[in-house]
Amino acid sequence: MSTTWETVIGLEIHAQLATRSKIFSGSATAYGAEPNTQANLVDLGYPGVLPVLNGEAVRMAVMFGLAIDAGIAPRSVFARKNYFYPDLPKGYQISQYELPIVAGGHIDIVLDDGTTKRIGVTRAHLEEDAGKSMHEGLAGLTGVDLNRAGTPLIEIVSEPELRSAKEAVAYMKKVHTLVRYLGICDGNMQEGSFRCDANVSVRPVGSEKFGTRAEIKNINSFRYVEKAILYEVARQIEVIETGGKVVQETRLFDPDKGETRSMRSKEEANDYRYFPDPDLLPVLLTDTYVSEVRGTMPELPDQKAARFVQQYGLSVYDAGVLTASRELADYYETVVRELGGEAKLAANWVNGDLAAFLNRDGLEIQSSPINAATLAGMLRRIADNTISGKIAKDVFEAMWSERCDADAIIEARGLRQITDDSAIEKAIDAVMAANPGQLAEYRSGKDKLFGFFVGQTMKATQGKANPALLNELLKKKLSG
Amino acid sequence: MGIPQTIAEMSRALHGGQVSSVELTRALLERVQRSQPALNAFVTVTAEEALAEAAAADRRLAAGERGPLLGVPMAHKDIFCTRDVLTTCGSRMLANFVAPYDATAVARLRAAGMVMLGKLNMDEFAMGSSNETSHFGPVANPWDLKRVPGGSSGGSAAAVAARLVPGATATDTGGSIRQPAALCGVTGLKPTYGRVSRYGMIAFASSLDQGGVITLTAEDSALMLSAMAGYDERDSTSVDMPVPDYAAGLERPLAGLRIGLLKEFFDKGLDPAIEAPLRAAIAELQAQGATLHEVSLPNLPLSVPTYYVVAPAECSSNLARFDGVRFGYRCENPRDLKDLYERSRGEGFGAEVKRRIMTGTYVLSAGYYDAYYLKAQRVRQLIANDFARAFAQVDLLVGPTTPTVAFELGVKDDNPVTMYLNDIYTIGANLAGLPALSLPCGFAHGLPAGMQFIGPQFSEERLLNVAHRYQRVTDWHLRAPPGYAS
Amino acid sequence: MAELKPDDIARIAHLARLALTDAEVPAYTLSMSRIMNLVGELQRVETSGVEPMSHSLPGAAARLRPDQVTETDHRAEYQRNAPQTEAGLYLVPRVIE
Repeated sequence: MSTTWETVIGLEIHAQLATRSKIFSGSATAYGAEPNTQANLVDLGYPGVLPVLNGEAVRMAVMFGLAIDAGIAPRSVFARKNYFYPDLPKGYQISQYELPIVAGGHIDIVLDDGTTKRIGVTRAHLEEDAGKSMHEGLAGLTGVDLNRAGTPLIEIVSEPELRSAKEAVAYMKKVHTLVRYLGICDGNMQEGSFRCDANVSVRPVGSEKFGTRAEIKNINSFRYVEKAILYEVARQIEVIETGGKVVQETRLFDPDKGETRSMRSKEEANDYRYFPDPDLLPVLLTDTYVSEVRGTMPELPDQKAARFVQQYGLSVYDAGVLTASRELADYYETVVRELGGEAKLAANWVNGDLAAFLNRDGLEIQSSPINAATLAGMLRRIADNTISGKIAKDVFEAMWSERCDADAIIEARGLRQITDDSAIEKAIDAVMAANPGQLAEYRSGKDKLFGFFVGQTMKATQGKANPALLNELLKKKLSG
Repeated sequence: MGIPQTIAEMSRALHGGQVSSVELTRALLERVQRSQPALNAFVTVTAEEALAEAAAADRRLAAGERGPLLGVPMAHKDIFCTRDVLTTCGSRMLANFVAPYDATAVARLRAAGMVMLGKLNMDEFAMGSSNETSHFGPVANPWDLKRVPGGSSGGSAAAVAARLVPGATATDTGGSIRQPAALCGVTGLKPTYGRVSRYGMIAFASSLDQGGVITLTAEDSALMLSAMAGYDERDSTSVDMPVPDYAAGLERPLAGLRIGLLKEFFDKGLDPAIEAPLRAAIAELQAQGATLHEVSLPNLPLSVPTYYVVAPAECSSNLARFDGVRFGYRCENPRDLKDLYERSRGEGFGAEVKRRIMTGTYVLSAGYYDAYYLKAQRVRQLIANDFARAFAQVDLLVGPTTPTVAFELGVKDDNPVTMYLNDIYTIGANLAGLPALSLPCGFAHGLPAGMQFIGPQFSEERLLNVAHRYQRVTDWHLRAPPGYAS
Repeated sequence: MAELKPDDIARIAHLARLALTDAEVPAYTLSMSRIMNLVGELQRVETSGVEPMSHSLPGAAARLRPDQVTETDHRAEYQRNAPQTEAGLYLVPRVIE
């Protein structure tokens, strides 16, 4: 008898807040500086120095809370999480423990079957990031760079309500979209601005009790989240089915091997001795403050998608894809505005060829070689029948590689569509004359050959004949 | 002429041209050097820098600049970071630590023109009541070299009592300004929590630590506090409230002043030889028009156990940064990271500091947090409530500063609790964040006895006023230890 | 409260990253037991309904600093106090993950 297993996942997402200065000091947060050149006395934990809270980090956390419909704590408290590690200069991390700034929100994700699932967000709290350790070229030593120490983070903790790796990825992507919409995080996963820990366990389907969980630390790509969870779930099931027990532990995902492994250095039982940080007073937020922040909130992805469906007549799917990032949605809306309509045509191109080319070249929409106005210029030529949709694909490719606008390419290559009756009729006549056999067959009832004549005529016009017009004229001529 | 004793007198002489800052500085540096073998009040003497600062002060005076502290010598407790000068906190851990910045209090006194002669000895990381825990050796009490000066600001109190400097900075977490001031026969003021910036003051227990001053007179404390106090944007717990000119209110008459006699402080632990001069001092205040009311703070006796949870808990975390990585002592040839941490800290910290770190680690650890830490935080609230109730009835509370006079060096070594109980009268003000002042009120067994005033938050002006009115009609505060007379 | 045992001291010392000598363990066991005994008095106090007090500035709130970069690079100066650095990094014995 074999058990069917259910996967239970909770994610802790760490998003670096896009402030200029650190959460408790005036050091810059810019990425990529020389080691320890952006670590001041506070970041280094020098004797005698004290933390002072960055108001912008608070505002960003409140924005996030409002975006997920959570409660904003009128009083939240910073606590010290005490442990020794070289990348933690003070010997404690300033975080929020019992009283986080944001509690009890939710995020909706769309599942494969198109249904929506609501995932609870337990809490989101402010904390400081740690520094970085490096081991390369230091002859058996570890080097510590504290530039990142003190960078503001918001840790977003989900309920254990995710039931598959796919759901976890969908949730993480949704949070990623949200923080970028809000402008509170740059979302750069290579630089570690957005990363997560996954708490994974399995239990027999129908069981109420959670299984023992493993925490996979510091996963910094959507792909790895999926792989790490799939591997971990399989591992846990294997352990249980071969009579073993899953141990509660911290694990690390090794992307090269595609496996998770136990982190021996963190195996030791931690006792963090949290207590309220006496250097920082409670954060007290008034209703007025919260309403002010609410007034500055941008349109959120779900709101924007609903508006796209309503305003532009798009499908829920298209609207969802177009609102996946604020930049993409802005690009799309610029195209439609420039074009003065043709919202569906614009959606097809943005989600179709443009998306495919961006993906092929590994580019973000912000760095697309074809900007919104240029794309609108080409779509206008489809709309006014200057070119056909088919020719447009060639024009688009040329625009992409040559970085020029549609009209220039259409002119230079003579791609203007033939909309002149007599020119098309001339071409049809020539095709009919060259294919007397097929003509006879068609006329004797073999309708299928209509397509053959379309193809031949298109070929004769180098694809420039207006397809609708061609059809109409061909029908007339063939029927004699 | 002889060297003036107090800051106010020095200031008058400097402004009147009777003496220059360089002359004063040179004379006091000479006393410091002479005193060192017997007293050991200083950890570092910055003679060269002091003379340069004094010369600069003389130029400012010559240019017509005025200011009550301009050109007046002083010294800092070695817990305050001083730019480019060794800041040891009395510890082997920081024996070679050169601070790259000035504490806010240091910067403010520097700006006011005070001349720093050096850094004063103290109990290691301000943990102690006898100055015996210093890595740089104990400080002797100028009144009796076999006795302790008190702690943790023992160097500050001894230096002022011995007339090495007319004023010194100090810090007070559980009595570390007031207790040594009492034992050395000088005036010590611990301001309201948040009044003086903690930035640059190496933390012991962040919610209790407060910087203040030790001087001969209340007037001098007022002058120094006026310059040191005030909001600092680099300390989140510093309070944004205007700083009064503390010297301006000194002469206010005491008529109508309601003094609360703190019942719990006149318990069986108080040496009757201290109680006698203290009662006489209180009678003097009454003679000036103050009324006396007996006040009881029933939870106050719990302040010692409360403190010995809260202070170690905070210290265990505050001292985690001393790990041998970025500054401070590092052990020889660490085998691995754990060895680096454990030996650097094990060798770098002294016995009392380690005991407090471990006590704090224990009371915060899993399974003990609620029973100890949270419980102590609740009792702390009860104690603060007791004070609030008392201040609804009286303007300030009066009592002894310490239960006994200065004890002999080395006598309280085995049981830390005996030493801790020495702070029984001073800790309450720290737990509640209140200003408190100790001033000499006579002698017991031939040694100085201290009287303590505790006031409501931000009542420094009143405390200094009452102390000054008392000092106008008494001269205990001007009695110098034999051999240290000016 | 239970008396502290040498094992407790060893566990606490490790948590606090303090190397203790063999002689120190019994000494701390005794002295810390005395401290915990003193502290144990608190257990007798009735505190139900009393809010824990973590600072003495009632009603005070964290000040929110404007988001401005106010610091410049002082690495060389700050690393003068460091026991071991290389290429701008603070060095420690190899950390294995």
